[in-house]
Amino acid sequence: MEAVLAVVVGIFFAAAIYLILSKYIVRILLGVAILGNAVNLLLFTSGRLTREVPPIIAEGIDALPAGAANPLPQALILTAIVISFSFFAFLLVLTYRAYQDLKTDNTDDMRIAEPIKDPLPPLGY
Amino acid sequence: MAAVSTKIADLSVAMVTAPVAISEWLVVLPVALCILLGATLMMIRDRISLHPLVAIPGLAAVVLVDAALLWKVVTEGPVTMVMGRWLPPFGIAFSVDILGAMLALAAAIVALAGSLYALSDINDSARRYGFFPFLLLLLAGVSGAFLTGDIFNLYVWFEVLLISSFGLLVLGSEREQIDGAVKYAFLNLVGTTLFLIAVGYLYAIFGTLNMADIAMKVKEGREGLPLVTLSALFLFAFGMKAAAFPVNFWLPASYHTPRVVVSAVFAGLLTKVGVYALIRVMVMLLPAEREELSLMIVVAAVATMLTGAAGALAQNDVRRLLGYLVISGIGSMLAGVALGGPGGISGAIFYALHSIVLMTALYMAAGLAARISGSYSLESLGGIYRQNAPLAFVTLALFFAVSGLPPFSGFWPKVILVKASLDIGAWWLAGVLLLTGFLTTIAVGRVFLLAYWRPKAGDDGAPAVSIDRTAFLPVLLLTALVSIFGVLPEGLLRLTQEAAAGLENPAAYVHSVFPGGAK
Amino acid sequence: MNTLIFRTVAPFLTGLMILFSIFVLLRGHNEPGGGFIGGLIAASALAIYGIACGVSVVRRALRVHPLAISGCGLFLACLAGFVSLPAAVPFMTGLWIYPHIFGLEVPLATVMLFDIGVYLVVVGSITSIALALEEKEND
Repeated sequence: MEAVLAVVVGIFFAAAIYLILSKYIVRILLGVAILGNAVNLLLFTSGRLTREVPPIIAEGIDALPAGAANPLPQALILTAIVISFSFFAFLLVLTYRAYQDLKTDNTDDMRIAEPIKDPLPPLGY
Repeated sequence: MAAVSTKIADLSVAMVTAPVAISEWLVVLPVALCILLGATLMMIRDRISLHPLVAIPGLAAVVLVDAALLWKVVTEGPVTMVMGRWLPPFGIAFSVDILGAMLALAAAIVALAGSLYALSDINDSARRYGFFPFLLLLLAGVSGAFLTGDIFNLYVWFEVLLISSFGLLVLGSEREQIDGAVKYAFLNLVGTTLFLIAVGYLYAIFGTLNMADIAMKVKEGREGLPLVTLSALFLFAFGMKAAAFPVNFWLPASYHTPRVVVSAVFAGLLTKVGVYALIRVMVMLLPAEREELSLMIVVAAVATMLTGAAGALAQNDVRRLLGYLVISGIGSMLAGVALGGPGGISGAIFYALHSIVLMTALYMAAGLAARISGSYSLESLGGIYRQNAPLAFVTLALFFAVSGLPPFSGFWPKVILVKASLDIGAWWLAGVLLLTGFLTTIAVGRVFLLAYWRPKAGDDGAPAVSIDRTAFLPVLLLTALVSIFGVLPEGLLRLTQEAAAGLENPAAYVHSVFPGGAK
Repeated sequence: MNTLIFRTVAPFLTGLMILFSIFVLLRGHNEPGGGFIGGLIAASALAIYGIACGVSVVRRALRVHPLAISGCGLFLACLAGFVSLPAAVPFMTGLWIYPHIFGLEVPLATVMLFDIGVYLVVVGSITSIALALEEKEND
């Protein structure tokens, strides 16, 4: 089962990196979103997979039942999902503002902070 | 009416049962205090006149708490507090050693200086937008990263400081800032995501996230484990955060766009968190892999130093020039990490502390110069020495320090690193370190000549210009620190050596997390 | 999008969703639910209200800036950790009290205080982002 998920994670990463390599911010943003999901899946797989036994200790017992799922990756993923969700929301706003203010979403044209013809410093006075 | 449920099995093996002394709260207080203050300021976001009144005394309190924490750690050894009574490795632990405490103290001092400087640099609209709350949350993130003992928690603090830095970066929403922020935000987010990937693999390999636990498990056996790959991932992720070559392009693209006080705080704090994480993971957790990767690290270090210094030589905008100097400093720290051993690591730690204070002071001084001259461009700057001699003197001291010249604090880490590289016969690394210092001297020397010494074009009899005392005071304070530790480095040298020793042999750190020994 | 039906229904829908979000928040104590998901539901309620009636109406209805709500939540969540200080237990330990209100035992915990804090943080920050996105569409 881990092997199958590893392939899925690989496909996710490939798609994310392909999108991040684009010039257009919106595509990069989508790539970053997929990257976040790829990492979540990776974390999930790294905790080893088991089937159908929730990690809940029943009353009267003081250990997990045999074959229970690993709860820690789930907690990690939950944290990571929350973080990547809020970052996605922020980046969406930022992208939108950038599109409004700079009138472009092509990173090649975004040269306001780093002008192409920045003069060299004077060599003497 | 507290009632303890008796249905649950005996948990005393997994939980803290002894009462917690008040002094142990020092471990979490720097972070918790920052969050409380930041949240308070967010609640009163309309009463902007109150913001500095809350933030500055609050930050002063954080500095005091950090100083007390450092004192405690130095006298008693590393201290640990676990969250929610769960013993490590189940609970999240905050473990502080000398390295973390020193860096947290330096960060708090820089944030305090930034808040003082902001009194005259940040106008009402930027305050309404939330400069002070974001500054406090940024410091919470940075301190959390320095103090935590859990590697996933470290990732969370990275994100906390990242999201607050986004807020600070777009303060004012000018076109230039938005442009810089886009590049900064995307590249840093990819960097932290890489960190998360590495954490995932780390968990898959060791089944634990507590750093002390990992340090023990690595010692028990590393046969057949893909630890070198893992270290390379960590190196890449933290290198991106630290702005190491070749993943440093976000820094010169964004650091000159926000308000100068924001640039100052960023230059002091953000990249050093990456360096800290690199030192913590590569030196304490995966030392053998650091050895194996040291060639890669040293190549990155040399490239970072040289591209940083060369980039600084080619800049006309003083803020961009300083951005490249931040990068070249990161190169020196990486060289220390690559060298390893007591010399290399303590040199890197000393350099990080020095760079936190110095880079902030440099940006602030550049901001003051621009306030007098109305520009950051070397072409139009001029005559600052005539208009304000004290500022020129202070800036000269800072320029000496950034070039690594005595008698300022930049001299000592350079000496340690050069000596460490000569000791292992890496004369070329010593040469690059000295060459970087030389190129930096040329770059800042030219700034001093053009902006400070050269009479301003046009008006020869320009009157003296006074600057706000609240803006000059923090620069003076930080310059004083740089000078004091340049003249009297013994105390700091001893502390950095102890910190390096504590990293190479983390027995005390592990003992503070697992007082009863490993199970 | 701005049909009469939608504009008429939106205020009721918003109220209902906010009520439901509080239910989810309190249910999260022992069952699936909790502050984050509850906060998201409440934030989407406010977003719907904003789509239907305009952003300025939402801002007026909220009375305070969304980020102030976030700040309040962060404060509460952090305060929940400080309750451990007088109890001499480590930071963020879950502490319980069982007061009897009208003869009914109500278990209250710092965990719940923390969860309410999370709820408010999420409501505040997501609402402020959603409103920022909706606001820009109009100009």
